Amino acid sequence: MNRIDQLFQAKKERVLNVYFTAGYPQLHDTVTIIEALEKSGADLIEIGIPYSDPIADGPTIQESNGVALANGMSLKVLFSQLNDIRAKVKVPIVLMGYVNPIVQYGMEAFCAKCEEVGVDGVILPDLPMFEYTSYYKPMFEKHGLYNVFLITPQTSEARIREIDDNSNGFIYMVSSASTTGAKTSISIGQSDYFARIKSMNLKNPTLIGFGISNAETFDKACENANGAIIGSAFIKAISEEGDLEKNIEGFVKSVID
Amino acid sequence: MKVQVDERGYYGNFGGAFIPEMLYPNVEELRENYERIVQEPDFQKQLNHLLKDFVGRPTPLYLAERLSELYGAEIYLKREDLCHTGAHKVNNTVGQILLAQRLGKKKIIAETGAGQHGVATATVCALMGVECIVYMGEVDMARQKPNVERMRILGAEVRPATSGSKTLKDATNEAMRHWINNPTDTHYIIGSVVGPHPYPEMVARFQSVISKEIKAQLLEKKGKENPDYVIACVGGGSNAAGAFYHYYNEEDVKLVAVEAAGLGNHTGESAATTVLGKPGILHGSKTLLMQTEDGQVVEPYSISAGLDYPGLGPVHAHLHETGRATFYSVTDEEAMKAGILLSRTEGIIPAIETAHAFAALNQMSFNPSDVVVVNLSGRGDKDLDTYIKWGKY
Ligand SMILES: Cc1ncc(COP(=O)(O)O)c(C=O)c1O
Repeated sequence: MNRIDQLFQAKKERVLNVYFTAGYPQLHDTVTIIEALEKSGADLIEIGIPYSDPIADGPTIQESNGVALANGMSLKVLFSQLNDIRAKVKVPIVLMGYVNPIVQYGMEAFCAKCEEVGVDGVILPDLPMFEYTSYYKPMFEKHGLYNVFLITPQTSEARIREIDDNSNGFIYMVSSASTTGAKTSISIGQSDYFARIKSMNLKNPTLIGFGISNAETFDKACENANGAIIGSAFIKAISEEGDLEKNIEGFVKSVID
Repeated sequence: MKVQVDERGYYGNFGGAFIPEMLYPNVEELRENYERIVQEPDFQKQLNHLLKDFVGRPTPLYLAERLSELYGAEIYLKREDLCHTGAHKVNNTVGQILLAQRLGKKKIIAETGAGQHGVATATVCALMGVECIVYMGEVDMARQKPNVERMRILGAEVRPATSGSKTLKDATNEAMRHWINNPTDTHYIIGSVVGPHPYPEMVARFQSVISKEIKAQLLEKKGKENPDYVIACVGGGSNAAGAFYHYYNEEDVKLVAVEAAGLGNHTGESAATTVLGKPGILHGSKTLLMQTEDGQVVEPYSISAGLDYPGLGPVHAHLHETGRATFYSVTDEEAMKAGILLSRTEGIIPAIETAHAFAALNQMSFNPSDVVVVNLSGRGDKDLDTYIKWGKY
């Protein structure tokens, strides 16, 4: 069974997914960060594949992408770093990235490599569902790779149903209309949206992302979904001076305890 | 083989709508409504009125006698430089502002490279009393200073794009991010035939007035609608798409597209996408794209801010792949010389973007009977600083 399904079977509440950009702050921090996140209590790990033009991202993640690319990160390097990750951690791993570097790598080769190293799912914000279902879905299925789609407060009910039908693993609920890291808290106005999604009884679990930065916003998100995703705030935490593993542990504990 | 867009927004292998879900409702709203709106008699009436009395259309088709003599062909200039605001860009912004009003949008954003599209957008926003924000790369703000101030005089806010190469690509990224953060009340007026479907076809249709007029004007002057050649420069490709549009499927008309080669195609300092690019995805469409082996977008270079873009419109990728259009590339030096030549032979100082189209004449050979139309996409007022710095005149 896919590790993401195992996770949501065992844990239906307060699932914490943490995002970081591969190759940031240093090229070879990837495995260290994954191990420290698992040890500190993260339930799911989302690894960003850095891209030169991340249009859905705000300044913090943009900067981490720039630094990672300057450090020499690429899909090839990332896969080589993840080569024996399954000997080290059990936590489900998803890759998040823009579609162009993946198309250049080759979608079929990418799916095969994900299966080989033990990546469980992907989030490709700029791969339209239409392209996915028309061309790529069979490749994902062949390699047991899950494709996670986003929904936003503006997504229509009909489209949410369509996304729910074509997703597996979980649905990424973008908390508000924004790029990553743009808003620092989730607001009251979002309650309608959260309630609307809850009442739809989707077949996939939901995680809320964008604007989740600390215990308070994490708790609020967890009242409305199976858990939440933290990105920019974590990138800021690992940009701090000091020991990387200690910073990670301190940050995760401050959110979940 | 017909050149046309299919319902998914593809021209052959290129196009589509590769956008994050956050933009899906905006783009879908546009896709569902634009065809209906642009066909409404009231829209057509207002558009034609503004094109005529505000923009100053039809623009002349001018027989350039001295240039004709020099190149041994009958060369006509389509005078988009005489449009209000100094370039073809306003044909599109007039159309899109009317569309935005009918979609109930209260605010406008745009990206700009040379500043011509930014000025054209600021102009129609002033005309309609709508708030306007224009993103412009920091590098471009420095090299196109007069246009920055024109936008400000017109009441627009110019926001510098400080990421990446700080040019057109980055300004487009910032405009898209702004739209993601303001999805309901804002319309994004894209300035070229790029972006997710339906933008490339929509912008091409607003610019297609250029080839519609060329046909009528040639019929009047020559007794036939079709020239032998239509030549245009390509940044994103909107002036070229407009000049080619009604000739896409007229096989006797040779379409010539001219890209910027910067310091030369093999110097690492070029913007000639069809020479240096591979299929990839940028700003919402699959097109030819300058990129590394790992799929990271390469920062292009051209002296001309309006051509300094690592991609091009999907229709042009298609025209290139099918061989329907012939592509040339022209260096900074060649373009600047062609700009001076046009100034001296015809009394017209062209925009540096446009000068690239004229430089291609040197790489072509003609029969004396050939009828050639060069799309004179814009005038050079905005480029005086660059001409002065170049200095060789
Ligand atoms: C005068 C002029 N010509 C051409 C261009 C290039 O754009 P496009 O290829 O969309 O016509 C620009 C862009 O700023 C311009 O100002």
